[in-house]
Amino acid sequence: MFFRSQHSFAIIMVLVLLAIVPPVAAAFNDDFYVGLATRVLIFAIAAISLDLIVGYAGMNSLGHAVYIGVGAYSVGILNFYGIDNGFIHFGVAILASALVALFIGASSVRTSGIHFIMISLAFGQMLYYLAVSVNTFGGDDGLRISRHSNFVVGTLRDPVVLYYVCFGILLVVLFTLHQLVESRFGMVLRAIKSNEARVVSVGISPYRYRLVGFVISGVVCGIAGALLANQNLFISPASMHWSRSGEILIMTILGGMGSLSGGILGAGIYVGLEYFLSRLTEHWQAIMGPIIVLVILFANRGVFGMLSATKRRRK
Amino acid sequence: MLLQLFEQTLNGIQFGVMLFLIAAGLTLVFGIMNLINIAHGVLYMIGAYICASVISITGSFWQGFVAAIIGALVVGVVIEVLVFRRLYYRTHLDQVLATFGVTMFFNELVRIIWGPTAIYASMPSFLAGHVEIIPGAPFPIYRLTIIGAGLTAGLALYLVITYTRLGMLIRAGASNRAMIDALGVNIKLLYTVVFGIGAALAGFAGLMAGPLLTVESGMGNDMLILALVVITIGGVGSIRGALVASLMIGVIDAMGRSFLRPVFSSFLPQAAADAAAPAIASMLIYLTMALVLIFRPQGLFPPVTR
Repeated sequence: MFFRSQHSFAIIMVLVLLAIVPPVAAAFNDDFYVGLATRVLIFAIAAISLDLIVGYAGMNSLGHAVYIGVGAYSVGILNFYGIDNGFIHFGVAILASALVALFIGASSVRTSGIHFIMISLAFGQMLYYLAVSVNTFGGDDGLRISRHSNFVVGTLRDPVVLYYVCFGILLVVLFTLHQLVESRFGMVLRAIKSNEARVVSVGISPYRYRLVGFVISGVVCGIAGALLANQNLFISPASMHWSRSGEILIMTILGGMGSLSGGILGAGIYVGLEYFLSRLTEHWQAIMGPIIVLVILFANRGVFGMLSATKRRRK
Repeated sequence: MLLQLFEQTLNGIQFGVMLFLIAAGLTLVFGIMNLINIAHGVLYMIGAYICASVISITGSFWQGFVAAIIGALVVGVVIEVLVFRRLYYRTHLDQVLATFGVTMFFNELVRIIWGPTAIYASMPSFLAGHVEIIPGAPFPIYRLTIIGAGLTAGLALYLVITYTRLGMLIRAGASNRAMIDALGVNIKLLYTVVFGIGAALAGFAGLMAGPLLTVESGMGNDMLILALVVITIGGVGSIRGALVASLMIGVIDAMGRSFLRPVFSSFLPQAAADAAAPAIASMLIYLTMALVLIFRPQGLFPPVTR
């Protein structure tokens, strides 16, 4: 019910494994892996949010890191002015990413295909340069964040608490978006992806559906950004550079487009590889690059696509 | 004021011409192979690096010039044969991500070979100095040379595409791939040649940019985004559109950087103008693109497709 049946076993296994990361790490007395796993969860949320528009609505955004930046800068800037209330942090992060997504979406969701890729890229770079040029908030050097979000009952300071908050949010996002794509709204989105002309001919205007989907996706990614700010206590324009958007997109593809929960695997594989390769050599990108090329050339249906028993013929 | 306006216009045109050399290859490759190549900026970077290091070893600008163009051409042809050839019939999303991986690899490779810090390219001595086109406004000869060389390369490209047999095949390939394949043209070879032309142009832009900008890993990334903006504004696949749009973007960018602050401070408090001007100036190009796309979603000169 909750997940597609053929993947349900794998998904439940992954979620159970994720749930026991902190106690296992504590048993081995190695807190580092809690941090690494938190990073996986945060990017999983981002990759899942991107999957909503790429996998279900066919909007190939190459500017999704913008919302990571908007969410993280919301926390950073509020903290800069001495506000550490977590409800305000996350409330503003959600509102700000919704507004930015509405602005970008309103002018880009009319287009499709290659034009959509380019426009999302251009808007992403526009906000990147905006962040670089505003010196009050650190400009190119980035902004330090002095305190974690404070939710009255507790803060996100303890890494284990932060981990379980991320885990909880991931579950909520997964459940909500799953309900969403199975709803009438989600069916319209998928119909637009497969044949826009028919959707129009049955009297539905695709524009509003695509825009709403785009905004929801931006908001979820903004939440991931606010979480990332809490983990790193630092935000710089580099985290909204287009190459970051490319990385999130790779995670979505790795997990398999149109599978939502695949984003967890995609983020896990990417963040894990990044960690493993960067310990191997400082020039890890020289290895990561060819891996990405090989994945796209030979395994672009993602890990779930490869695991899946029902092999669809690729076009 | 008028002199400054003149100077900034020339600066803008010079930047625009460099953008055109990159955008031309990008739009040519898109128009004919239907490939969107994020790694095109890599060829620009390689041109700059090879030229700078050959000059520092041999001391000869012309040897650096030739080596850079050949180097970019060779790298371009090698990645076309190894990777891009497999991408022509894939979705644009696959193309973007695979070429993104190629970019990542080359940016790091350059760091391995030349080190993480920027290297400096020296300007050829016979192009140093200034010239007064109109009295009182000295303009660097090197920048004028870039304008001349870039426009010459653009003209040569135009002549090749319009008047030669190769150009005829290129135009035929752009309008109907399957047909010229059926007519017995070696389409694989044609694609490699087209890709090589684009690579050489990008390398050419890179070697000329070397003395003006810092030569560092990732220098192609930002130029690539601007070139993508240019071809989107100009109409993806159109060389003429790329030329118009790159000059337009170059001039708008130069104007924004030098005149927004005085304009803003005429009606805003100084502090607000100082804060707003650089922020708006850095976004101006993208705002222009958004505006163009609202009124002409297919760009200014969309190519005629059949």
